Amino acid sequence: MHAVVLPGETDFAGFRAVARDLLARAVPPERVSFSVKGGEAPDLFAGAAEPLPPPVPAAPLAVPRGFLTLAETVVLHRDPERFARLYRLVWRLRAEPQLMRVAVDPDVAELEAMAKAVRRDVHKMRAFVRFRRSELSGEPWFVAWFEPDHRIVAANAPFFMRRFASMRWSILMPDAAVHWDGEGLAFGPGSRRADAPTDDALEALWRGYYSSIFNPARLKVGAMRAEMPEKYWRNLPEAPLIRPLIAAAQRRSEAMVETGPSAPNPRPHRPHAAAAAVPAEAGTLYALAAEAAGCRACPLWEPATQTVFGEGRAQAALMVVGEQPGDQEDIAGRPFVGPAGQLFDRALEEAGVDRDGLYVTNAVKHFKFVPRGKRRIHQKPATGEVRACQPWLKREIALVRPRLILAMGATAALSVLGRPVPVGQSRGRVIEGPNGTAVLVTVHPSHLLRLPDAAAKAAEYAAFVDDLRLAGEMVSG
Amino acid sequence: MDLARKLAILADAAKYDASCASGGTTKRDSIGGRGIGSTEGAICHSYAPDGRCISLLKILLTNACAFDCLYCVNRSSSNVPRARFTVEEVVELTIDFYRRNYIEGLFLSSGIIRSPDYTMSEVVRVARTLREEHDFRGYIHLKTIPDASGDLLAEAGRYADRLSINIELPTEAGLTALAPEKDARAIRRSMGRMRGHIDAAKEDSKAPAFAPGGQSTQMIVGADATDDRQILATSAGLYGSYRLRRVYYSAFSPIPDASRRLPPVAPPLVREHRLYQADWLMRFYGFDVEEIVEGEEGNLALDIDPKLAWALRHRERFPLDVNKASREELLRVPGLGKKAVERLLSARRVRAIRTADLGRLRVPLAKALPFLVLPDHSPGGLIDRIDLRQRLAPPRQLALPF
Repeated sequence: MHAVVLPGETDFAGFRAVARDLLARAVPPERVSFSVKGGEAPDLFAGAAEPLPPPVPAAPLAVPRGFLTLAETVVLHRDPERFARLYRLVWRLRAEPQLMRVAVDPDVAELEAMAKAVRRDVHKMRAFVRFRRSELSGEPWFVAWFEPDHRIVAANAPFFMRRFASMRWSILMPDAAVHWDGEGLAFGPGSRRADAPTDDALEALWRGYYSSIFNPARLKVGAMRAEMPEKYWRNLPEAPLIRPLIAAAQRRSEAMVETGPSAPNPRPHRPHAAAAAVPAEAGTLYALAAEAAGCRACPLWEPATQTVFGEGRAQAALMVVGEQPGDQEDIAGRPFVGPAGQLFDRALEEAGVDRDGLYVTNAVKHFKFVPRGKRRIHQKPATGEVRACQPWLKREIALVRPRLILAMGATAALSVLGRPVPVGQSRGRVIEGPNGTAVLVTVHPSHLLRLPDAAAKAAEYAAFVDDLRLAGEMVSG
Repeated sequence: MDLARKLAILADAAKYDASCASGGTTKRDSIGGRGIGSTEGAICHSYAPDGRCISLLKILLTNACAFDCLYCVNRSSSNVPRARFTVEEVVELTIDFYRRNYIEGLFLSSGIIRSPDYTMSEVVRVARTLREEHDFRGYIHLKTIPDASGDLLAEAGRYADRLSINIELPTEAGLTALAPEKDARAIRRSMGRMRGHIDAAKEDSKAPAFAPGGQSTQMIVGADATDDRQILATSAGLYGSYRLRRVYYSAFSPIPDASRRLPPVAPPLVREHRLYQADWLMRFYGFDVEEIVEGEEGNLALDIDPKLAWALRHRERFPLDVNKASREELLRVPGLGKKAVERLLSARRVRAIRTADLGRLRVPLAKALPFLVLPDHSPGGLIDRIDLRQRLAPPRQLALPF
């Protein structure tokens, strides 16, 4: 048996150097025992230690990054066997280089569990340290007493430094202490609980908060204990309340139920009277939009955010009708602002048509979709939904009285003309629409976005620009 | 009224908001600043005996309210004592609590007083004072008031890590019945506006920050007759539409000074728990609403979790070979969580998985094994046993004296 003395309890670099040396000498894990310089446990085999064998020539050992991060955490664990376990794993890694990927391996699982315990301890220290205000040479100084399970002080101190940078503080522990004076972290020896302040005037407020935020009608003591085990209670100023709150909870909850409803407050709070909104003038597009905002003519309103009504010049010569608002239009409450709207804007510019001179709207005024995770998938509106929405379009047409309506896509054509028309065969020629209004049909810009083939896309886009140009020319002059 | 009394009233008034999350925001610390505060991971600084995490100082600015929402302890017709913090009191309390490491930051809500804009501007003033006067870099969650002006919302988003507005009830009809002054459409428009701001801030790094911790909402469960199918469908729609970080389900709880129109019964805590599990299945396990509630007559089973219920309805898909099944398939096995699945996938590329390996991943074997095949385990006819559900449903837990 070989006895190896490591330089420090949490000295990962020291362990690494020793382990490398042992591996170079091909010392198997069962032939070595580890102890720490100045450590409490004298090694059983120290007396009978054999000298180490000479190094054997071998390729330098490479270990996966996963092992190093695991080992850096595991050395903080208080288990005296941690170095032996780590050495056993690194020994096995020589023959099994994929071992770190096998989280179900007993050695890997055990070390992972130890690392997890250390991480939990780090987390719980961040959660349950409680500072008490004290004074040092006339300056406020915040001091806490804490009892961590593992040797996490140096690893955790920077967290408290980053969090309380402008504060002067100390955390006292049984085997170490850490201090921050606003400029540097300093570590010191362990101390006793009695060295820390015993009270802080603010704790009464904190206890008041703790008992008020607790809802006695929903007692889940197991859930509380799982996350805040009893071993922490002795250093938590709120913990003395736990048992009395639980004891009284049932009674308080039953009392609420038994007391039952009460008479309404005779003097309820009333808001200041808001200035009454001025209703839009009847017979205008504003009034129509306000009316459509509450539309319930088909079921599409409920999952949608809002009615997306048409907008643009009230007396536009050219009215453009699309299918329905999309995801972004539903959020913004305005038509043609999403990807298809941006394509539409670009095509308009190329066609020399000014969007400000148009009135743009949709055949269906709510977004129809199915949710998929954090996205919404557009659904084509059903004929019934198009029909339910048609009165709004008719009334828009009647108010705007355009000379030409450009219907983009089959849904728009159906709504404008009142009958289905094949888009491909109908485009480029004037169709007589409602009350003799001229109607042109073209594709919907979202159709262009969906074409997979670049050449087809370019050709379709050019044809779309031509249709817009034709529409622009028909209403100019 | 002294501060302790105000705190008691205004924390009591805030406790029906379930959210206390403090994660998912930009990483900050106070190095080089004038004040204190950092955001590194979500920390629960305490737990109340109701099992809920205490991460933030969760309070109302005032519990005076002009609205008369029947489910709410602060409704205008309730007789609870009323109080109001000054902006300075909230700021000081937050800093004092933070310095002692009691909290991660502030969760501030308010009853509606005077007008939506007035209320919102007071809430925003607290956040502005914390950030600008005290250089506070901890977490801030603000409740937004529907119908408050766009400018106030933009300012709130600049100071807050998270914004939220509660949908309150799963259906618009329910909201109209129980909260006549609340406007479901205005709530949705507010969520839409927030999503618009959050998206814009994310897409353009030069745009002013806006609620980097996203938005969330809360639904009350059990105050009306809405079934779980409708609740989950509403959630799915909200996640998709407004990219919410979380939908919180709050089992309707008997409140002091309750309205006559609501059930004075114990909160349906198991149902709330099942809804959270179902929500999780939708977001992380690739289930959709219909799969979760099919054959359950609109409500989730209370005796077993929704994933086990689904697997029992779909026994034809099992047993699965742990060493061959796809990630998507393994995610649907009762008892296998996301982490366990990733570890199994990684390990099986190196060697075959055996039953003892599952134990080392802390997989509940009694629950998972009937659905799995391993080199040293075959479920035999277990999967087809009619009493499998009874075997897997945990016995009703007895309440133990503390």
